[in-house]
Order: sequence, then structure tokens, then C-alpha cells
Amino acid sequence: MSKSSIFTNGIFKENPIFVQLLGMCPTLGVTSSAINGIGMGLATTFVLLMSNIVIALVSNFIPDKIRIPGFIVIIAGFVTIVDMSMAAYLPSLHASLGLYIPLIVVNCIVLGRAEAFASKNSVGVSALDGLGMGLGFTLALTILGTVRELLGSGKIFNLPIYNEEYKLLIFVLAPGAFIALGYLIAIVNKLKKAS
Amino acid sequence: MGKKLESNFKNMVAVLFVVTLVISGAVGYVYSLTEKPMEEVKKQKQVDAIKAVIPTAFNNDPFTDSWKVSVSGSADEYAYLYTAKAPDSIEIYPAKMNGKLVGTAVKSFSDKGFGGKVWVMVGFLPNGDINNYSVLEHKETPGLGTGMTDWFTKNGPGSIIGMNPQTKELKVSKDGGDIDAITAATISSRAFLQAVNSASDAIADSADASSGATTTNN
Repeated sequence: MSKSSIFTNGIFKENPIFVQLLGMCPTLGVTSSAINGIGMGLATTFVLLMSNIVIALVSNFIPDKIRIPGFIVIIAGFVTIVDMSMAAYLPSLHASLGLYIPLIVVNCIVLGRAEAFASKNSVGVSALDGLGMGLGFTLALTILGTVRELLGSGKIFNLPIYNEEYKLLIFVLAPGAFIALGYLIAIVNKLKKAS
Repeated sequence: MGKKLESNFKNMVAVLFVVTLVISGAVGYVYSLTEKPMEEVKKQKQVDAIKAVIPTAFNNDPFTDSWKVSVSGSADEYAYLYTAKAPDSIEIYPAKMNGKLVGTAVKSFSDKGFGGKVWVMVGFLPNGDINNYSVLEHKETPGLGTGMTDWFTKNGPGSIIGMNPQTKELKVSKDGGDIDAITAATISSRAFLQAVNSASDAIADSADASSGATTTNN
């Protein structure tokens, strides 16, 4: 597999949300607006990139039978450090992203990539994979957030698009997340078949 | 790539021990570095919230003059029995200009929100009228209950600015009051108004008990 295809894999062909259906909990939970989707996506991208690098580095020293607990401890510790440093030194960024950071620990994309890719590949390729998967995740969350925000509150990125009276409230609530995600997956499948 | 460590008992115990030791050491070290800045950020946030809800400039430190009022009847009243955390209480921050009271900021909460606790900072004029408010923390439904951040402001549909909860308790119109609840978020609206009412009560009670501090009364 070439380096560029490793990178683009996560964005479309193996998109973590639309194709792999990983990390559904934060996906459905935080995408009530486009900006929330971007925030969660970028925070996850950062953690994915760093955890893929660290795990590619240490995977040889971790015996196979205990790799999952080992990876989880590394990822959780890493996320906690990011969370605390952000709260202390970048308070305004933390105010908008802080909510999502603890959620990243339990996001199975991070563990999924550690297990399926980073533990078997070199550091450079793993970093590329983490970045690609993270950006694919960000893209998917932003699309889902935009759709839900537009239908549910008549806005995109907080800019009013149409009269709020016609908004379909259900789309900002949990059921709307499932409905919107279902249709988006159908569209992506159609596109994939066509290509 | 080198050879993997073998999965025998000794290796597994040793590796897991080292990994957890290193990670917890790193987390502990970062915490010791960030503990102070985090406290300051938190305090700064409250100072900003106090400034936002007090009408005029003040030159005292509201933190040194502040006091707490515990809330009876709250679900947290006996929380100390089963958690190590002290029960949440309402905090009162008097703002003074050259010793004269210009307003009082009250950090109040309600535990009747749709998604748990709702924390607000409410600013009162010395006569007990609401000057302004800001929502500090909540877990209400995005797009519905979150509307409380501007619904009750001066130009909002359910403005509470200038009202005095001591003359008339704030209630949504569904409960016989005269404040319009947020569309499709009556529970969040009730919680918000309850927090504002208890903020006002906290000031009034402290004044009744003549705690020695000069507070508002009506």
C-alpha cells in the first residue's frame, strides 16, 4: 500500500464513521451542530495521531496477551495529560473542546487503530494512518453536524439560514442523529458503488 | 521491526506494572504543574461572570467578601453522608464601590434541570431587582434548553431583567407565573427560574439573619 493511499483510506474508502461504523457514541452525542462536530473531530485527530505514534513505538515491548490493557492505559493517560494542559494553558480552547476530551478515551476508533494498524506498522506510517483516520472522522462529524443543525435549528455554523419556525426539532435530539446518520451512510454507499 | 516480548507471566506482570507506573507518574507530574493555572482560570471565569452581571464598576474583591449559604431541601443536603464532596451551596459575592454596595452577584444552582444541575450567576441591584444573569454550567438539550443563555435576557422573549423575585416569585406561565418558558423546554426554564429564585432568597435570608454584612433588602 502506498503512503498516500494509507492517508486517504481513512478519509473516504474506510471512513471511520460512514464505513467502519466505529465511535458511534460521540458521533451521535455531540453532532447537534456543525461546530461541535469539528471540535470533537479535531480533538480526536490529535489524540489518534499521538497515540498511533506512541503505540507504534512501544508495541514491541508489550506482550501480545496484555496489549489491550496496555494500549488503553497509554491512551487514557495521554488524553488526561492533553486535557489538563489545555485546561491550564489554553482555557478558551478548552472551554469549547473540553467537553469532548474525556469522551475520546472511550472512542473505539483510537483503540481500533492502535490494535489494527499502529501495533503492526512503523512509526511514520502509523502517524499517517492516524492523521487520515482523524480527518475522515472530522469530515464525517462535520457533515453530520451541518445536516442536523440545518434541519434542526435552521442554521449552519450558527448563521441563520431560514426561519426558525420551520425547524424540525427532532434533528437536534438523539432520534434525529440516527435518522440523519442512516441517510448519510446510504449516500456514501451509493457513491462507493459508483466509484 | 524487532521481536515481540513473549507473553509469559513474568513479562506480562512486569510490562503492565511499568506501563501503569510510567503513565501515572506522567499524569501526576502534569497535574502538579497544571494545578495552579487551572485554579486561576476557574477563578478568572467567576470574576468575569461577576463583572458581567453587576451594573457598575466596583473596587472590592468580591471573593474575600463572599459567603456561602447552604440550600435546604436540595437533593444534595445529605450528600456529605455518602460522598467526600461538600454539598453544593449558593455563593454570594457583594460588589462594593468605596465601601458602598452597588450590586450583589449570586452563584446559584438548581438540580431540577433536564440534564442535571444548572449553575447560574445572577446579579442583583441593591434593591433586589435582577440586573443581569449568566449561565455558568448546564447539561441541557442542545437547541432546546441551551436557549436559556439568551432567552431570559433583556431583549429575549422571556425577559426577567428588572424583576424582583422577592415581590413576586418567578414562575413560568404554565405554573401560573408571568414568564414565558423556552419553547419546548419547560423543564429547563423551571430549573433556571428556580435557581434565580433561590439566589434572591439567599440574599434576603442573609439580610434577615443580619449576618453582619450589608446586603440588599426590599
